[in-house]
Amino acid sequence: MSAALNVFSVAAISFGAFFFLAGTIGLLRFPDTLTRLHALTKADNLGLGLIMLGLLPHVTWPFGALKFLAVWVLAMVASAGASQLVARAVRNKR
Amino acid sequence: MEAIFSIELGLLIVALALHVVVGRGTFAVIVGFVAYGLVLSLAWMGLSAPDVALTEAALGGGVTGTLLLRAHARLRGPKGEQQPVGVFGRAAALLLCGGVSACLIIVVLTLPAPAPTLAPEALTDLAATGLGNAVTAVLMVYRALDTLLEKVVLLLALIAVWSLAADRNWGDRPVFESGRGTDGPLIFLARALIPLGVMVGIYLFWVGADDPGSAFAGGAMISAMGLLGFFAGVCAVPRVSGAWLRIALVFGIAVFLVIGLVGLAAGSGFLTYPSNFAKPVIVLIEVAMTLSIGVTLAMLVVGPPAEPSQS
Repeated sequence: MSAALNVFSVAAISFGAFFFLAGTIGLLRFPDTLTRLHALTKADNLGLGLIMLGLLPHVTWPFGALKFLAVWVLAMVASAGASQLVARAVRNKR
Repeated sequence: MEAIFSIELGLLIVALALHVVVGRGTFAVIVGFVAYGLVLSLAWMGLSAPDVALTEAALGGGVTGTLLLRAHARLRGPKGEQQPVGVFGRAAALLLCGGVSACLIIVVLTLPAPAPTLAPEALTDLAATGLGNAVTAVLMVYRALDTLLEKVVLLLALIAVWSLAADRNWGDRPVFESGRGTDGPLIFLARALIPLGVMVGIYLFWVGADDPGSAFAGGAMISAMGLLGFFAGVCAVPRVSGAWLRIALVFGIAVFLVIGLVGLAAGSGFLTYPSNFAKPVIVLIEVAMTLSIGVTLAMLVVGPPAEPSQS
């Protein structure tokens, strides 16, 4: 059981790290602000979410797990809100 | 494996520090400074100092970064350009920063091999304080006077900022908003985050008794939520002459002083706590301090009162 959970953790965290890597490459390579924002939010939402998911079996139940989920949800709300603001600033400048 | 991570972190810190010192463009440098604070807090975590890491992330990265961004916005000339600093100003900054860095390097390099520490003493008397976190015990019990004076310094800094206001604006509200309550995503963000953020701020000071966390980190969190509310236009920036604002600003220092004087009157000395209920007294001071720190930091960032047309 614990071996299966470890396999699951490694897989989920690796996927999460992959999304962070892809997001970073996108941030460096994409041509303009809006596409870069797209890359960045993928790292925040999917990357962080998968890493959280991978770590969940290893934290105390239920409060540790709830804190982890709260971190993910808060990061998503903040990154979604912040990218809206950046995108709006870009649009107003045009 | 851990060594590789530490080396990478160290290199990243040095690279960011270099960017902050020699980088072009004030805005980019400030963003670099915020990133520097966050990476530095990771390094503190690596050194098993979560209290320092929290404070560094909240104050070094968050509050200082926001203050610098505000200063940058205020210093920009009418064309959005910055007046260049003269040779003399640059030389003075170089001398001052170089001198401080040189002194720090000398001090760190000449430390005796096991660095002198009071940590064992701090831990032996921990039970008497009723606290579980030695860092909070140092801040609130052993060195309570330093913490009290730190709060006074914070208030003095706010008075210095307010003294930049023009006479005719005195008593007005500082100007700090974006779309004045018309920016949908921003308002959503404010409504969704503020209740949670205030709760996290209270939690940060509350767990500080036994786990990493402090009134300062909690206050910084609450100030950030206040700033978000001001910026989104969901709550008004208070007038600098407002009675409630003034009370909130001095509340922490006042509670601290009163409890300190009670100790003096009881004959045990200034800032001593009654031994059988030290913890409730400390928590009471921290409640008052968290509120005052939150309000002071937020008011520091919004700056001196100004005319609305200036924005």
